[in-house]
Amino acid sequence: MNFVLSEDQKMLRETATSFFNEELPVSKLRQLRKLNSNGYDKSIRERLAELGFFGVIIPDESDGDHFGMVGLGQILEAQGRTLAPTPILQTALNAVSAIQLGGTIEQKLKWLPKIASGETTFALAVDESGHHVPFTVNTRIVREDKTYILTGKKHYVPDGHQAEMLLVVARSSRTQSAQRGLTLLLVPSDAEGVTIEPLSTVDSHGAAHIVFKDVKVSLDEIVGELDQGSDLIMQVLDRARIGLSAEMLGSMQAAFDMTLEYLNTRKQFGQLIGSFQSLQHRAAKMFTEIELTRSCIAMALSCVDTGKKGDIAQYASLAKARACETLNLVSNEAVQLHGGIGMTDEHDVGFYLKRARVQEALYGGASFHRDRFATLNEF
Amino acid sequence: MEAKLAKIEKDPLEEFQKETRQWLEDNCPDSMRTPVPEDEVIWGGRNEKFKNPDSKVWLERMAERGWTAPTWPKELGGGGLSKDEAKVLERELKRINARPALLSFGLWMFGPALLEFGNDAQKKRFIPDIIHGRTRWCQGYSEPGAGSDLAGLQTRCEDKGDHYLINGQKIWTSYADQADWIFCLVRTDTSKKHEGISFILFDMQSEGVEARPIKLISGFSPFCETFFSNVKVPKNQLVGKVNGGWTIAKRLLQFERSSISSVGFEGSGGSGRLGPEELAKSYVGLDNEGKISDRDLRGRLSDFRMYSKALQLTIKRGRDLAEDGQEVGHTASILKYCSAKLNQDRHELLMEVLGMGGLGWEGKGFDEPALKTTRSWLRSKGNSIEGGTSEINLNVISKRVLGLRDHK
Repeated sequence: MNFVLSEDQKMLRETATSFFNEELPVSKLRQLRKLNSNGYDKSIRERLAELGFFGVIIPDESDGDHFGMVGLGQILEAQGRTLAPTPILQTALNAVSAIQLGGTIEQKLKWLPKIASGETTFALAVDESGHHVPFTVNTRIVREDKTYILTGKKHYVPDGHQAEMLLVVARSSRTQSAQRGLTLLLVPSDAEGVTIEPLSTVDSHGAAHIVFKDVKVSLDEIVGELDQGSDLIMQVLDRARIGLSAEMLGSMQAAFDMTLEYLNTRKQFGQLIGSFQSLQHRAAKMFTEIELTRSCIAMALSCVDTGKKGDIAQYASLAKARACETLNLVSNEAVQLHGGIGMTDEHDVGFYLKRARVQEALYGGASFHRDRFATLNEF
Repeated sequence: MEAKLAKIEKDPLEEFQKETRQWLEDNCPDSMRTPVPEDEVIWGGRNEKFKNPDSKVWLERMAERGWTAPTWPKELGGGGLSKDEAKVLERELKRINARPALLSFGLWMFGPALLEFGNDAQKKRFIPDIIHGRTRWCQGYSEPGAGSDLAGLQTRCEDKGDHYLINGQKIWTSYADQADWIFCLVRTDTSKKHEGISFILFDMQSEGVEARPIKLISGFSPFCETFFSNVKVPKNQLVGKVNGGWTIAKRLLQFERSSISSVGFEGSGGSGRLGPEELAKSYVGLDNEGKISDRDLRGRLSDFRMYSKALQLTIKRGRDLAEDGQEVGHTASILKYCSAKLNQDRHELLMEVLGMGGLGWEGKGFDEPALKTTRSWLRSKGNSIEGGTSEINLNVISKRVLGLRDHK
């Protein structure tokens, strides 16, 4: 493992950074909020497809480029910098991972090209409460002749209000262990019996509660094996956690840069406030935490591409826990160090604070991953 | 197939790796492949006793090849290895769990500075003795009135024609009572601050030098107060230019901070190599799922382990980027700051895990490793003070890395 990016990855990073800065800055999110669109704008999707961002981790054979998870991480980091609401995490990462790792040849041939072209977007529907408890699943499927009947409810599904396809974690049999008897399903969001309740969230990205009432699911819509889904689901979730951490890295760095800029501009008592030692030390501590977090995330991204399978879980929890702690610190400090202007809706810093808490809660917060890291390390 | 094999054999690094492995196999004594107890650590110098005779053999063999200083120039007795070769050597040493042949401030701090700033005669005179562990060096930097504000130092150095005359006092001189020579910051011009400092070397057996150990809160005395009264120093022992010592001093501090942060403070003992989470399994106990039963403590242990991992990865990232030629300036200050915090956090966790069992001072009724942990917990409080306080490190980060301005 080496922390240096390849030339291709560096180029992708530059392309992504200028794309998000120029075409999807924070002012775009502000604009979408004004339109009450819950972060949705079809034209964004078309641009992402043109740039090839949906196909980054799809292997060459079936349409799209292969920059690996490290490459996708560069895009997500750039997206995090401007808080851009895009389907990349859910579709280019979560859906591709699920289909790639668990799908049949037919499923791959059917879905991967549609993802790469931006024709179809996905949303991963796991949690059923306000907390990430991936194996507590009451949404269930029951066999009925040649199909399955899906019933249940998923809560706070990111992109659930705009995706055409849903990847649903369902319980297919009851056993002693909550981890067993789970199955991952592909369900069109316009299937009969699916009700989408859009939610207006604090970060202006939106989400949805999704109700399934006697939804028919055919056998070929199962991803991976019936009843044996937990391993696949965990692998997908670990990639989601790592990708989300990369996005969070971009957000914390942007909030920090903005704050540093303010410390170097704002004057009080005839001095730049950044010349006061108490503020300098807080800035230096944030910088230190961000650098440590950056190393963890780079390692986790690279581990997906070249590391041992068993290490991915460890590094996913390490990356997400550090990302949560650091983003929490930086988003709070960013508002405080901006003073009164940081409390106004007019200033962008508040957007970072609001988005931060959503990023922290999604796929497990610091305490979830501390617990998981300890369990993985057997203590 | 044959052609492929021939090609592999010609790869110089692979060849070097093979030779190194073989050489270590033949030359590293068996007892040098075991964890090193505190009283067998080799610091070299006139007073070195070599409690285990194998350590002497091991040091001599390593020094003969220049491998105590793998990347230093061959003509001065160093290994003359490239960075890649040095890495191979490091890996091969690690593979057989070889003890370090020599620990030395000369190798980590003074030597690199002398190679950069010393003249040829000085290098020839001092470098080989560092490599062979014949001279043990100590560092005369801090003074009672010059700690964080190091450039405020007042030890006087007067030009007496054919020699210099030194008068003053140093403090926190690590192992001054056991060292042979000192590299020392002295004031050669009282009218300027930074530009009035020189970098000078002298024998600790010179007349007028006295080192008194300072007893710390841990009960141990790794540091001394060192007094100089009318110490005569030959003029060829001043390094660099007169009044040009501050540049050397700063560069040396960088070596110091990066050597601290690359080995961290983990070396500073306590309960052997056991992490606090391992210790907690026996001292605190497990629940029926095999998890440490105190859940709050378990969360903090996990947090510590992750932070420790994050720091390791950051050290590795810094090295990778530096090798790629990217600017990584002042990571040393970040790492020094983090290493100190981490070692202190580790000791606080160890103490919490040991409970009352960790609060013994000496004697019966306490486990030996626990007694050591108690002392090293106390010692760890100095980590954020020595080698630049954490506050000074934060100043450095905010000013040099983040570009924040000084107060007007």
